[in-house]
Amino acid sequence: MSISEKSASTQKIQAGLKRRYAKEKRFRLYGIISLIISFAFLLVLLTTIVSKGLPAFQQTYIKIDVTLDQADLGVDKNASEDELFSAPYSKTVKNSLKAMFPDAHGRKQKRALKNLVSKSAAYELRDKVIQDPSILGTTQTFWFLAKDDVDVFMKGGIDRKLPESERRIKDYQLAWIDQLIKEDRLEKRFNTVLFTAGDSREPEQAGMKGAIIGSLLTMLVTILLSFPIAVATAAYLEEFAPQNNRWVDLIEININNLAAVPSIVFGLLGLAVYINIFGIPRSTPLVGGLVLTLMTLPTIIIASRAAIKSVPPSIKEAAIGLGASPVQVLFQHTLPLAMPGILTGTIIGMAQALGETAPLLMIGMVAFVSDIPGGIFDPSTVMPVQIYLWSDSPERAFTERTSAAIMILLGFLVLMNLIAITLRKRFEKKW
Amino acid sequence: MIRRINPLSRVTSIAATSLLLSLTTASSSAFAAGRDHIEIVGSSTVYPFTTVVAETFGKKTKFKTPKVESTGSGGGLKLFCNGNGIDTPDITNASRRIKKSEVEKCHSNGVDNITEIQIGFDGIAIANSKKGQTFALTRKDLFLALAKQIPTSKEGELIANPHKTWKQVNAKLPDIKIEVLGPPPTSGTRDAFAELAMEGGCKTFSWIKALKKKDKHAYKTLCHSLREDGAYIEAGENDNLIVQKLEKNPDALGIFGFSFLDQNSDKVKGASMDGVAITFESVADGSYPVSRPLFFYVKNDHIGKVPGIKEFLAEFTAEDTWGDDGYLTEKGLIPLSEEKRKEIATNAKNLTKLKL
Repeated sequence: MSISEKSASTQKIQAGLKRRYAKEKRFRLYGIISLIISFAFLLVLLTTIVSKGLPAFQQTYIKIDVTLDQADLGVDKNASEDELFSAPYSKTVKNSLKAMFPDAHGRKQKRALKNLVSKSAAYELRDKVIQDPSILGTTQTFWFLAKDDVDVFMKGGIDRKLPESERRIKDYQLAWIDQLIKEDRLEKRFNTVLFTAGDSREPEQAGMKGAIIGSLLTMLVTILLSFPIAVATAAYLEEFAPQNNRWVDLIEININNLAAVPSIVFGLLGLAVYINIFGIPRSTPLVGGLVLTLMTLPTIIIASRAAIKSVPPSIKEAAIGLGASPVQVLFQHTLPLAMPGILTGTIIGMAQALGETAPLLMIGMVAFVSDIPGGIFDPSTVMPVQIYLWSDSPERAFTERTSAAIMILLGFLVLMNLIAITLRKRFEKKW
Repeated sequence: MIRRINPLSRVTSIAATSLLLSLTTASSSAFAAGRDHIEIVGSSTVYPFTTVVAETFGKKTKFKTPKVESTGSGGGLKLFCNGNGIDTPDITNASRRIKKSEVEKCHSNGVDNITEIQIGFDGIAIANSKKGQTFALTRKDLFLALAKQIPTSKEGELIANPHKTWKQVNAKLPDIKIEVLGPPPTSGTRDAFAELAMEGGCKTFSWIKALKKKDKHAYKTLCHSLREDGAYIEAGENDNLIVQKLEKNPDALGIFGFSFLDQNSDKVKGASMDGVAITFESVADGSYPVSRPLFFYVKNDHIGKVPGIKEFLAEFTAEDTWGDDGYLTEKGLIPLSEEKRKEIATNAKNLTKLKL
């Protein structure tokens, strides 16, 4: 081989090398660009949700001096609890407001005056009186929830510079609010209602508690059913099922296909089987959990099978060599080692189920449920349904609450992932 | 040898026990043992009103808050007429009157004792952004602008809708592109719009009106079909979304219920229809032409089996609720006349049986 020849081929290689380096650089650049794009999308999504939703974590309260006039209420201190319960407290609230703003006249203004305070004021007053009837006949100072329009205004959602006809808050209402602010009777506080109340059609009274409890109960039913069934299925298919059997193959194909079935189909199935045949009541966490079990089963089975398959055969063989029975091998070696993978699959399936609304539509969980469910037989909704229902409500104040509800749901998803990671860390084994 | 207690087997046994437990409680508490809350299904248009009454009822009284599902008028009546058992809904909402076929279906399933309660009216607004031009429409304009096929000057001849701008439809209208955002076919608002606005304009052609007697199907197809070439845009069931889109595009018009116009009066304005502006009063007295009555139906056989139905009816038909100053008007319901309210409240009290 001559020197000149050698340098020619080196040149050739070097020229090619340059191209290859450039190619690699380009490829890395593409990777970085796509990473940036996906992060940008995530950032935009999160910032819009957070910026829209943050105001919802605050709520305006109004301080009012209420004179609990016994003649107005038609009850006295010795009245029975039922009488106290059904007394017209909204009239008392209305009269107290009238005393504060005697200049309100005309039907429209009187109505607007009543609407400074949430309708819940009357119920709060009722509960206070029942708790302590001795306050009847006295004048008390209470902080009540402000009505949604006042709340939106206080958070800057209504521009007072707009002409009156284009504003939801009229000039006379502005004057009242200004006076209230001057007298320190308006205050923004942390919105505890959002976490302690059930759904309501009045934005200021609406909370997520019913939906959160509903979601938790539904998830409980789902995980209690799907986890053992899925793990048992996966273990049987991997460890005990006869190999190269046509039936086993058929089952495998079907499980894989089920994972790709649109979720609404499971809802239809749930309606036909659970509700119409077994007569399980509509809109309950029980039927919701049963339907979501169907939906999450394939996901968990596939993940569990992959995890069981990845356990080194040497460990199983060693156990068998020491005289363990196949069931002992499975429970004492294979499953504990496969646990991290199985748990990941389960959490992914659960997270999917937590965000699902389509199958629940068919079984009546997309509904207005105001009471907080006390068990798996009470009607309830779940968090994504609550988000959907609020996004569809005409009242302006629900816009920010929708975003806040999304933030709460995302919070739960993050929490679930954290649990998954911790569990995985605990069970993980290195060999 | 160290015998390790396997954490996994413990987990599985706990899971299995709780599963068994939950199943036994399920069978022992027996699903058919009755319900302690009222179940309401039906129209998505009536839903916002019923939910407010349900919530107030739940807070005011010691009964449980009724559960309200939005299934659409047809879907609600189907569930309602499915049987007389306690597992069927007690009340169904409808944004139209019950049909004869539905009454027959109810009858064949043993649901005979129904009370009909009309709660008020709903107006359908054709609105655009406050920044946009003011529209004075007629139903004929709407038909000519949005129908898939429109008649030519020759009787019986139809052509695909050629109109691109409002000015081409009617010289008095502004010279801007026809762009209308409205609900999809699954919506009751869309049905009502087709029936009241489109058909109303369609009927103004005498030969089409005559067609109704000869070929009802062809008449309906002609009058109810909306354009699919982009002039009518299906904006989904979410009316808030339509309002947002109108704000961004001042040239577009949107179709939605009166309550959304009422809530967003600072952003959008309603077009007048056949010379009548859409206001609370004009819908209430029926002079605004695109409005419809709203109903709900009660299964009388459930009274006594499910607690609170009678009290719920009393709450719904109280003046504080559905009267001129009631809390439902604040949510955009347009009340009935005082006489009618009195009549229907008596019907509700006596549970007058529905007769068609």
